[in-house]
Amino acid sequence: MHFVDARDLAVALDAKAEQPEAEFLAGGTDLMVEVNLSHHRPEGVIAVRRCEELLEQDSRRIGAAVTWARLERSPHRALAQLARTIGSPQIRAAGTMGGNVATASPAGDGLPWIAAVDAEIEVVSRDRGRRIIPWSDFFVGVKDTTLALDEIITAVVLPEQMPVSQEFAKVGQRNAMVIATVNCVVVRGDDGFRVALGSVAPVPIRAGRAEQMINAETSISEAVLEEFARLVAEEVRPISDHRSTEAYRRHASGVLASRLVQRCLSA
Amino acid sequence: MTTKERVADRIGESTTRPDGVAKLTGNFAYGSDLWMDGMLFGATVRSPYAHARLLKLDITPAVLMSGVRAVLTQDDVPGVPGFGQVEQDQPVLCDGTARYWGEPVAIVAADDAETARAAVAAIVVEWEPLTPVTDMDAASAVGEVFRDMVIRRGDADAAGSVVIEAEYETAIQDQAPLGPEAGLAIPDGDGGLDLYVTSQWVHIDHAQIIASLDLEPDDVRCHPVGIGGAFGAREDISLHIHVAMLALRTGRPVRMVYDRTESFAGHVKRHPARMRYRHEADDDGRLVKVTVDLVLDGGAYAHTSAAVLANAAFFTVGPYNCDNVFVDASVSRTNNPPAGAMRGFGAVQVCFAYESQMDLLAKELGIHPLEVRRRNALAPGDPMATSGQIVEGSLPTLRVMQELETIPMPDASIPDDPSLLPGGTGLTTRKQDVVRGVGYALGLKNLAFSEAFDDFSEVRLVLTPAGLEIHTAAIEVGQGLVTICQQIARSVLGIERIAWVPADTSQIGSAGSTSASRQTQMTGGAVYEAAVGLRTQILERYDGDELTNDGVYRAGELVASLAEITGEQWVRYRHPPTEEPDEFGQGNPHAGFVVAAHRAVVDVDPELGLVRVVQVDTVQDVGKALNPQAIVGQLEGGIAQGVGFAIMEELILKDGVILNPTFTDYLIPTLLDVPDVRSRVIEEPAHWGPFGAKGIGESPTISSTPAVVAAIRAATGKPLTRVPVRPQDIVGV
Amino acid sequence: MIVTLTLNGEERSATVAGWESLLTVLRDNLALPGSKNACEQGECGSCSVILDGENVNSCLVMIGDCEAAAITTVEGIAVEGELHPIQEAILEEGGVQCGFCTPGFVVTAAHLFAGDPRPNEAAIREAFSGNICRCTGYGALLRAFDALAEDGS
Repeated sequence: MHFVDARDLAVALDAKAEQPEAEFLAGGTDLMVEVNLSHHRPEGVIAVRRCEELLEQDSRRIGAAVTWARLERSPHRALAQLARTIGSPQIRAAGTMGGNVATASPAGDGLPWIAAVDAEIEVVSRDRGRRIIPWSDFFVGVKDTTLALDEIITAVVLPEQMPVSQEFAKVGQRNAMVIATVNCVVVRGDDGFRVALGSVAPVPIRAGRAEQMINAETSISEAVLEEFARLVAEEVRPISDHRSTEAYRRHASGVLASRLVQRCLSA
Repeated sequence: MTTKERVADRIGESTTRPDGVAKLTGNFAYGSDLWMDGMLFGATVRSPYAHARLLKLDITPAVLMSGVRAVLTQDDVPGVPGFGQVEQDQPVLCDGTARYWGEPVAIVAADDAETARAAVAAIVVEWEPLTPVTDMDAASAVGEVFRDMVIRRGDADAAGSVVIEAEYETAIQDQAPLGPEAGLAIPDGDGGLDLYVTSQWVHIDHAQIIASLDLEPDDVRCHPVGIGGAFGAREDISLHIHVAMLALRTGRPVRMVYDRTESFAGHVKRHPARMRYRHEADDDGRLVKVTVDLVLDGGAYAHTSAAVLANAAFFTVGPYNCDNVFVDASVSRTNNPPAGAMRGFGAVQVCFAYESQMDLLAKELGIHPLEVRRRNALAPGDPMATSGQIVEGSLPTLRVMQELETIPMPDASIPDDPSLLPGGTGLTTRKQDVVRGVGYALGLKNLAFSEAFDDFSEVRLVLTPAGLEIHTAAIEVGQGLVTICQQIARSVLGIERIAWVPADTSQIGSAGSTSASRQTQMTGGAVYEAAVGLRTQILERYDGDELTNDGVYRAGELVASLAEITGEQWVRYRHPPTEEPDEFGQGNPHAGFVVAAHRAVVDVDPELGLVRVVQVDTVQDVGKALNPQAIVGQLEGGIAQGVGFAIMEELILKDGVILNPTFTDYLIPTLLDVPDVRSRVIEEPAHWGPFGAKGIGESPTISSTPAVVAAIRAATGKPLTRVPVRPQDIVGV
Repeated sequence: MIVTLTLNGEERSATVAGWESLLTVLRDNLALPGSKNACEQGECGSCSVILDGENVNSCLVMIGDCEAAAITTVEGIAVEGELHPIQEAILEEGGVQCGFCTPGFVVTAAHLFAGDPRPNEAAIREAFSGNICRCTGYGALLRAFDALAEDGS
């Protein structure tokens, strides 16, 4: 196995260009599960845990190798909230935002936030340069993205105007180390509420019709919230599996979204 | 005259574990830490189907691989082709039909773990999938059962004025011990071998292993090794015969360690159950008649299903009096994972049902849940509702309830910290979304083995100038048996230095299983009896009147110093005999009983169906508290498993295939999920066993589950007839 | 490949394939079996080690990524045969039963108390939420950690 310890981006990009089948390793919290349990044996690994450019964070960017432990202290309220629910302290010390994006699990806890704030994914190839991909074009299916074989995810790029009011919640059957049954982010910006959910479709989704409905209201009454919750439950596309049922996921989607709207209003 | 020193760490004291330092520093050797230079690595090919015919098994590609030393199949089993404690019905390796998911098909030994895995992948297996039998009722209906039994006691025409009827279901709980199955087999060069394997009972393993290997008892020595938890999972054979076969074939030491998914596939589980209950009571809530139809799912092979069924049937009413009891019980043969022992052994499933019934009865009568239990409480001298056996010794059913009510309730206010609300750090739930509920439950369990089983434990005490040695094959699984036995010996002999010497199957007779809440009384009882015998022997030898850590005294004068005294005492200890019940389940099948009570306080978010268990309090009948700290450890640990079964622990099957055989999806409570526990004990001596102590390994789990569910019902008003309770069950979608 | 790392304060090298977990290499190549393998997917914490100052699951650390890393395992917590106060506290409170989770709790505790000598109970519960114990129900462990936090040294 060819192993590259990429301390800067140029090294990582060269390595990827030379061995396109090589896999990126950040926190290892997904890749190593494949190695341990599915006996996956990578032909090449490019480690970016200590890659300088990917560790940077500012008001417009979150470097791909920034760990959840660091994001627990993020100024973005919902991001900090969700970071605290990912795996365990040990997982958060290793796992990264970029890894969450790359794995693109339907249950990825970081993904509804990316969808809610309308963030973009920055990817770079040595030979083809940089692309900035809207989140909705990046996630295309269960663990499937439009990342090309020669590209690396370098950052999540945030919009200039970030909603100050933002709230996250996640349902699981245990209070730690649990994969989301439903996770949800609601933000409130100048354009009104935006609602994103995970674990209820192959990719993170926005509840567009519910957003439209609630943003057309002048005051948020109980009845409005009820109708909003109903629309959210209708818009999600969950499945039944060993973690929950379709019906429960629909129901919980509506309840969470409506509670988060209230939290945004009272924050 | 010498000053007599009273040795500490006797019974009644919370002495620290002798293995604690090694475990805290990483120096304690568990089965999976076994290592021998030059050893080979074993691996297993398993069935991907719950039911399938083996069409082709071609091991050639693996045999031809460099570094592969042996590839074995069922044809290579030298002796009895199957194993099992009672019936040897599980083939050592697939006999042409796979009957459950993960059933071992072939085994491999190779120079390293990676080659062994590659060899497993290289073996060509073709299957014809067959329709799996996955419904326990359907199997039972066509007579596919490991055992069926009836209990007929009293008048079938008896009738009560209040009738409570409901059907209950319990899912599959897994013991999920953290230490995986592991074994190291070392050939002795003489056709035999030494086997170091994670086990709860090396002698029962030994009998099955020599039969399948076609060897004489002396050829195989099974040694106890460090155990990372058991809870019933290690009472039946897993990789034992496999690793031994590979070692004998290759003539080299072979180690096998299961990964987590193999572990889920590779050990027996708690039987799932369906229970149809009808309680009839008079206007005061006194039970008149209980009628139960009980089906357990035994999975593909027999293992201990027959005994689990008997336990479920005999404890079907709980710690209550009732003169008319009618039970039809069976344990089905299906293509689901084989079931066997797990903490509570059949008493857990029925406790959920009978305690739910008692709550419904209390509700119907408008009385407190504990009041209906008081009115029916089983006491010493009463006949067991099922078997009619008169309860001997202590059974403080009323006192555990009384004491439970004296434990302070938690602060009545719902916490402000959202991480302490249902949903925890998921921030699903606001304070105003929370409803609190309180629930109660009692549980009854038999002590040690029942139904005329010849239950004994053998111990050899050897006094040498270096101190006392306790030789036994009894297995410490973490519960504190070593500590307790040392305390017992110290209390009787007054000697400070006591070493625990694990004996293999060639050196001593069986100690029985570390299960059935039995080792404190059985091996502890053997140590007690041996120590008393040894003390008598020594005092007689020196005509002394007192034995202390200094030596033997006569009339206050030291006449023999400890360093010069040697002695030995060998004891086979038995509990009072039990009987095979008659065809109607009547007789004296049990050696004694233990009772416990639990009170659970839960916070529920009914709209999302999320639960946080705030506090679970318990009062436990212990006979005599030999080590108060170890008791608290059992009470709290048992409650954590009971809480887990109440709200999260479940193996989920589809067509017999386990969908969640990993710790990602088989959820065990974390520190953010477990309640605060306040515990008390009642000391009313048992009629047998050391110092009147009772085994308490199982009771903490049995009634904590129904108490939690009762509390959720109290908060939500939902019937909740199944455990674990899932969010969708509370929401009702 | 050869990986060289600082292990419990000592420089150690191992010849590895590269993709193996740090846990496997600790247990099988470096004769340090104290870190336990119970799930190999970061869901139990039995293999917790401190890697460059962070408490991580060593089963999820690829050994190839450990070049020049500083690692503390459970074997490195007690100093010269003397139990660390954390180990003393767990022993005293009865926090050890089967002990399979114990190394992970010891390492996580060492990391927690090094960063915050007086964590409150909520912080303690959260800090250990990645360490599964199947035997004790956590009560004795919590009492041990509460006592340490109270003591504050």
